[in-house]
Amino acid sequence: MSFTPDIRLFSCHYTSQQSLAHDGKELQELGFPENIRITRIPCTGKLEIATMLKAFEDGADAVYVVGCPVNGCHNVQGSQRAAKRVAAVREMLQELDVEPERVRMYHLSRGLHPEFIKAGLEMNTRIAKIGPSPF
Amino acid sequence: MIVAERKPLAEILEMVKECKKILVLACRGCVTVCSAGGEREAEILASLIRLGMKKSGLSCEVIEGSLVRQCDREYVDAIDQWQGQYDAIVSTACGVGVNFIANLRPNDNVFPALNTTFFGGSAEQGIWSEQCAGCGDCVLHLTGGLCPVARCAKSLMNGPCGGSVDGRCEIDPNVDCVWQMIYDRMGRLDRQQEMTKSAPIRDWSTAGHGGPRKQVREDLTVS
Repeated sequence: MSFTPDIRLFSCHYTSQQSLAHDGKELQELGFPENIRITRIPCTGKLEIATMLKAFEDGADAVYVVGCPVNGCHNVQGSQRAAKRVAAVREMLQELDVEPERVRMYHLSRGLHPEFIKAGLEMNTRIAKIGPSPF
Repeated sequence: MIVAERKPLAEILEMVKECKKILVLACRGCVTVCSAGGEREAEILASLIRLGMKKSGLSCEVIEGSLVRQCDREYVDAIDQWQGQYDAIVSTACGVGVNFIANLRPNDNVFPALNTTFFGGSAEQGIWSEQCAGCGDCVLHLTGGLCPVARCAKSLMNGPCGGSVDGRCEIDPNVDCVWQMIYDRMGRLDRQQEMTKSAPIRDWSTAGHGGPRKQVREDLTVS
């Protein structure tokens, strides 16, 4: 069954600064999936587990987080904290007998570069294959 | 503090599968400090219950609340503010909190969200370790402040047992032998001579083996 997944991206302010410049126009031109809704946060280290779960409650099929490189976070350990919380949500999904692949952490450098687009395309392909959220 | 951890989600969902309105009730005491049952964890659990119920095709309303503590009558009485909004309480307090709700609210269903594990402290961020067994007859003055009841795998009163290797317990090489620690510490404090005395045979009735324990302070009671 083919469907268009509802994917939520929580992205670090710094990582996505250039990508989201001019209302993300350039991002769209480069083929970033339109079905990915981006929420920009000051630091991924502030992203709470409850916020990711709430996204699933609100109908998301998948959630992913883009933060600074592991050892290059603007806020020192923010993206490392985010990665741990993403891992915790993956475990919680497993407890619910749901595919943990619906949640993922990416560590990317600042700037509008192919990896940012690639991460979005990768999530889109993966979730399209897995199917709609069971929630 | 009392240390606890969340029960497996499947176990919690099984408890509440018949419920239509659930109050997930956090405790702002010990379980907040050990990140098991404070407001943050209750918010997460409420979300997980909603997701789990939805996945099973069950309809359920889940709200969240919190009390200063769940081990005091006056705070437990504050549950009245959610009257009519729940048919079951899922408490994220320790076992004491769940018992208090059961004691004081005879008509309320209450379920435990946590397994209460031990009395301990924060060894480092995200790690808690057992330090006290609440045995009711403290011997820390004899052991340099380190508890052989809680921290020796055999709760020996005259250790070490002889099974430790390089200061580590024979049950697990990652566990310190507390009797080695006691010996070293007493030496540093120039009190090693005290260890030549044998501890007397212990009366374990204070440790809960004599039934549930109760403490009365006449200077504080009001009736």
